[in-house]
Amino acid sequence: MGQEKVIIVKDLYKSFLDKHVLRGINLTLHRGENLGIMGKSGIGKSVLTKCIVRLIEPDAGEINVLGTNVLRCNEAELNEIRKKVGYLFQGGALYDSMSVRENLLFPIRRTQFVDKKREAEKLVESSLRSVGLLDAIDKMPSELSGGMKKRIALARTLILRPEIILYDEPTTGLDAVTSGEISELIVKIREEYNTASIIITHDTKCVKIATDNIKIMQDGVFVAEGTYEELSRSSEKEIRDYFMWKMNIKTT
Amino acid sequence: MRKVHVRNFKVRKFHVDEEVRNFYNGMFIDLGELAFFTGKVVKQFFQPPFEYKELIKQGYLIGNKSFSLISVTGFIMGLVLTMQMNPILSNFGAQTLLPGVIAVAMVRELGPVIAGLICAGKISSGIGAEIAAMSVTEQIDAMEVSGTKPLGFVVATRVLAATIVVPILVIFADAFSFLGAYLAINVFENMSIALFVNSAFDMLSFKDLIPATIKTFFFGFFIGLIGCYKGYNARSGTESVGYAANSAVVSSSLTVFVIDLIFVLIINIL
Repeated sequence: MGQEKVIIVKDLYKSFLDKHVLRGINLTLHRGENLGIMGKSGIGKSVLTKCIVRLIEPDAGEINVLGTNVLRCNEAELNEIRKKVGYLFQGGALYDSMSVRENLLFPIRRTQFVDKKREAEKLVESSLRSVGLLDAIDKMPSELSGGMKKRIALARTLILRPEIILYDEPTTGLDAVTSGEISELIVKIREEYNTASIIITHDTKCVKIATDNIKIMQDGVFVAEGTYEELSRSSEKEIRDYFMWKMNIKTT
Repeated sequence: MRKVHVRNFKVRKFHVDEEVRNFYNGMFIDLGELAFFTGKVVKQFFQPPFEYKELIKQGYLIGNKSFSLISVTGFIMGLVLTMQMNPILSNFGAQTLLPGVIAVAMVRELGPVIAGLICAGKISSGIGAEIAAMSVTEQIDAMEVSGTKPLGFVVATRVLAATIVVPILVIFADAFSFLGAYLAINVFENMSIALFVNSAFDMLSFKDLIPATIKTFFFGFFIGLIGCYKGYNARSGTESVGYAANSAVVSSSLTVFVIDLIFVLIINIL
């Protein structure tokens, strides 16, 4: 894990009507770091990552990604940042009308990541190979299982060689074996591409395998922070309980 | 018993008031948002990158999916209209006017409106459901983070494709209705195709053709636009996909009639 800060979030606020989802979030992600964010469903974990790539506009605060303030940059600058930030969506978000090959070629063509068709094809094949699904290259998303969809989506995320990856519940809805494989894949990707990642998850096994640090979110703020070992052996019973699936933590 | 009845009546009245108020508020908010959305989509027509390939693909899909339905409907319309009109015109000894009457009725009004309504059902619902599904499954977001403007790639292409394809479909609907009319006339009497075409086109003028053609572009634009708007604004959950498709059909069908009315009023003034 390097010292360079790739994401800095300061005092981030976001409300939807009268529901205050984020209430002054602060977060720093270093190059090569895998940061896990845990918390109950619907408390704003995905809202936070979507604010980072400006899929959702926050109400107040500052978000700095790779040295650029994403809330103040123009559309062209934002697109440049987005090329460097991969986003793995909860359901994979593969384009239903396109084959796996076309799904992977899509971001390459749109960003003109490589000029030649043959190079693009090679990149598609190497990305699929890195997730172990080269055989599925000509399949349609409807022919894939949940785990395969997640892997293909991960390959699509990797294809632009991002410096940062935001994983939105990468193991949700998968069986224990497949979720273990995805968690190991996250570690492998970090080692292979030196990416920094934010991993939103409810899966304690995933955070144990794939993260260096964990933050626990409740009521729109982070209430605890540390490594898996630190948090699971915390002196505070409420934090220890969290890893035993007792999710009600009082603010520390 | 009477007290309970009075109490129920009051509660019911309150709900009706609230429902009516919500309906009108919702309608005006919806219209405002649609106008804002229209502005953003139209802006995309003139902003690079121009998505030619996607436009051609969507044009082909929209046309291909609707062609058979439009042609069968046009054919049946021509057939039925002729069978209905023939006895009436026979009473006045004006059977020779039948091709012309059918041509004017189909080209000026029935062809565009019937084809417009079918397109509203087929195209608008299809677009609404497709984009809503994309929105619900975060495909739109995925597109945005990979540096693609969904409004340009997904919405503008579909709206433009519908604007171009719907008038072509209306022409096909008119042509197939002529075929139906010709066959129906030949059930009653022998008429050569040349005589049928001559009689039909003798009664048609540019005054019939041009406004009818222009309004089909508006039909196409709003059918595509409303489908995209309903789909794009779908909330999360699979239920919203059905809702988007359904409300796209209702709104775009209504819009077809409103545009038709506006055109008739304008033509009458001119």
